Amino acid sequence: MTAPIRELGFAEAIREALAIAMAEDERVFVMGEDVGVYGGAFQVTGDLVQRFGEDRVVDTPISELGGAGVAVGAALTGLKPVFELQFSDFSTLAMEQIVNQAAKLRYMLGGSVSVPLVVRMPTGSGLGGAAQHSQSLEAWFAHVPGLKVVEPTTPYDAKGLLLAAIDDPDPVIFFEHKLLYKTKGPVPEGRYVVPLDRAETRRAGRDLTIVAAGVMAQKALDAATILASEGIEAEVIDPRVLRPLDMATVARSVTRTSRLLIVYEGAKSFGIGAEIAAAIAEGEAFGHLDAPILRLGGAETPIPYSPALERAAVPQVEDIVAAARRLARGEA
Amino acid sequence: MDGEGTLRLHIPGARFRPGDRPDFSYLRLPPAGAAPRPPVDAPAIATRDLAFGLVRTLDDDGVAVGEWNPGLGADELVRGLRTMALVRAFDERMFRAQRQGKTPFYMKCTGEEAVATAQTYALRPDDMCFATYRQQAILVARGTPLDEMMGQIYANALDPTKGRQLPVMYTAKSRGYFSQSGNLATQFPQAVGWAMASAYRRDTRIASGWIGDGASAEGDFHQALVFASVHRAPVVLNLVNNQWAISSAQSVAGGEESTFASRAIGYGIPGVRVDGNDYLAVFAASRWAAERARSNHGPTLIEHFTYRAAPHSTSDDPARYRAGDEWERWPLGDPIARLKLHLVRAGAWDDGRHSAMLRAVEADVAEADARAQALGVHGDGPHHDPLTMFDDVYKDMPWNLREQRDELAALPGRAT
Ligand SMILES: Cc1ncc(C[n+]2csc(CCOP(=O)(O)OP(=O)(O)O)c2C)c(N)n1
Ligand SMILES: [Mg+2]
Repeated sequence: MTAPIRELGFAEAIREALAIAMAEDERVFVMGEDVGVYGGAFQVTGDLVQRFGEDRVVDTPISELGGAGVAVGAALTGLKPVFELQFSDFSTLAMEQIVNQAAKLRYMLGGSVSVPLVVRMPTGSGLGGAAQHSQSLEAWFAHVPGLKVVEPTTPYDAKGLLLAAIDDPDPVIFFEHKLLYKTKGPVPEGRYVVPLDRAETRRAGRDLTIVAAGVMAQKALDAATILASEGIEAEVIDPRVLRPLDMATVARSVTRTSRLLIVYEGAKSFGIGAEIAAAIAEGEAFGHLDAPILRLGGAETPIPYSPALERAAVPQVEDIVAAARRLARGEA
Repeated sequence: MDGEGTLRLHIPGARFRPGDRPDFSYLRLPPAGAAPRPPVDAPAIATRDLAFGLVRTLDDDGVAVGEWNPGLGADELVRGLRTMALVRAFDERMFRAQRQGKTPFYMKCTGEEAVATAQTYALRPDDMCFATYRQQAILVARGTPLDEMMGQIYANALDPTKGRQLPVMYTAKSRGYFSQSGNLATQFPQAVGWAMASAYRRDTRIASGWIGDGASAEGDFHQALVFASVHRAPVVLNLVNNQWAISSAQSVAGGEESTFASRAIGYGIPGVRVDGNDYLAVFAASRWAAERARSNHGPTLIEHFTYRAAPHSTSDDPARYRAGDEWERWPLGDPIARLKLHLVRAGAWDDGRHSAMLRAVEADVAEADARAQALGVHGDGPHHDPLTMFDDVYKDMPWNLREQRDELAALPGRAT
């Protein structure tokens, strides 16, 4: 028997994953600033405090570093904290505990400890948050051995990936793009997991491969629809997990389409695009390329506040269409 | 052993939630005039009790009593009253502007106007302030044109951040006002660094740093106190305890076990807890701390005990987490009403003058808003050419930014 499927919002899907994990396993708890009665800065934890109590949905003092350190300490005892940051920008404060501690403890202590910690954080621009509430720092975390980095696109994946992240014995950084919270999609009831090492081909196409995660995958799909009306068939691959990255799926696609465009919101240089492009350039798929690899990334500036500036600072659907056109028509 | 058994985790919370009837009788509020005022060169240890008491000057009848009465003249007090009323009118107007869609965001300081107003007048005009988003009164007290502040909120041509910063993230170098940070608490150590530099340069200006009760949990707060203590930085460090950090009561920041002012004691810094709704008390404590700093006796931590009457911001709905009438039941009252009563009692003010003053500040705010809106509000821009977003990342634009700017400029149909 398969579970009934309903339409669910992205934020509700995350909340449902948290509720399932907490109901199943007493070791799982949620912590963060205003996650309790307030329901979280983006209303993700919602009514969890009413359902699970204030000692399992814990309002923390405003200290991201303190919270991360406490979460590591609790995780070392076998508890499974899910730590919410109000904005991924505030992860800069928690870096020591995430990068130097959570990521490395298993290794440094000879495999004798586990840090089963999930850090959830809203990422990206589009809501007028300006320079310190809009960053896309995925590549920072993806650079750190010992961490896994997840960025879902659909409510279905948000739920399944979060359950997998909570199950995982190692620290997982879970990025949630703010523009996705209000999007809806089909989500089965009950428990299921989406594995933490597999990309998803969201649209098949023969003319070029577009790799994009999170809200950029949505934009790439919108761009693909426009391109299709011009006779260009784009294949859209959503990595879902940035570390470890499922390069085999990307390489297989590129081998067929011979053209690769990578779209991401973080600053263009030293980002996700560089990693994917380099991995293709190093491998067998390179020989199948008919055009240089293109990257479409964010401007090399902090994210400005004013709407017109903010919009111009990150790739939009029309930018993806234009880049794909150039690539497909051999103008790149 | 007694009480031993399995361990229990303490979860602090708010005393009152929606539906409760708030009763603040548990607060220990010493009477006005009770606190002694040590000399400004007193050693920190001799000021210890100030961190646990409450400096108050205005009694229930509005009469100023005790050693902390700063003895200000009526003109000075009326100036303070007017500035507080102006700030409140400004807040009301900009809150409405948000509801009317002219800005996506605004933050009020209602109920806390005395804190920043009185301190600003206790400082010299060129002392440097590192504020949070709730000390707009500093800018108003220093005479910043209101339309400039509104222009920042509307992100129009008057916005000194060129459309780059969130509404209320003002900056005004010429008025000794740094800016706010999106990430809380960072200004606190910066204030200490500015003060240390002022001492290093043998200047005479001091700094004033600000933080909220909630944000005092951040490392920056504690690190600022360490550096301030180690180098006896000439800085007034202010912690505004307005009882709330969005939905989290001050107990979540550690206010249940001790006072915030008492944090200072372990660092060898005087901690002064002051009735933040008592204009004269805030002025006196600020003046004491400023004199101390200016005469090389080092930093002071002032805890301003007050209440956040408004929602955290326009995005917030306090009905979700606190009792609706807490503010009405707050035992320390409204700073504007209390200063008004004092002036009336002293024979320097009356209802007629007060109403006229309120009408005048509202008119000032309305006129400033008309001037600001003439240059556009948020959303009816762009007020700044998107190409300008590449400016000021560095002093000199490197090749990669020039390249991105040129790509943007070459786009067909580019909005300007
Ligand atoms: C580093 C960081 N963490 C969290 C936030 C989100 N946030 C903004 S204001 C706020 C509450 C601050 O409360 P408090 O310090 O008491 O100041 P108040 O708003 O009461 O003036 C929070 C949690 C932030 N901006 N920066
Ligand atoms: Mg507060």
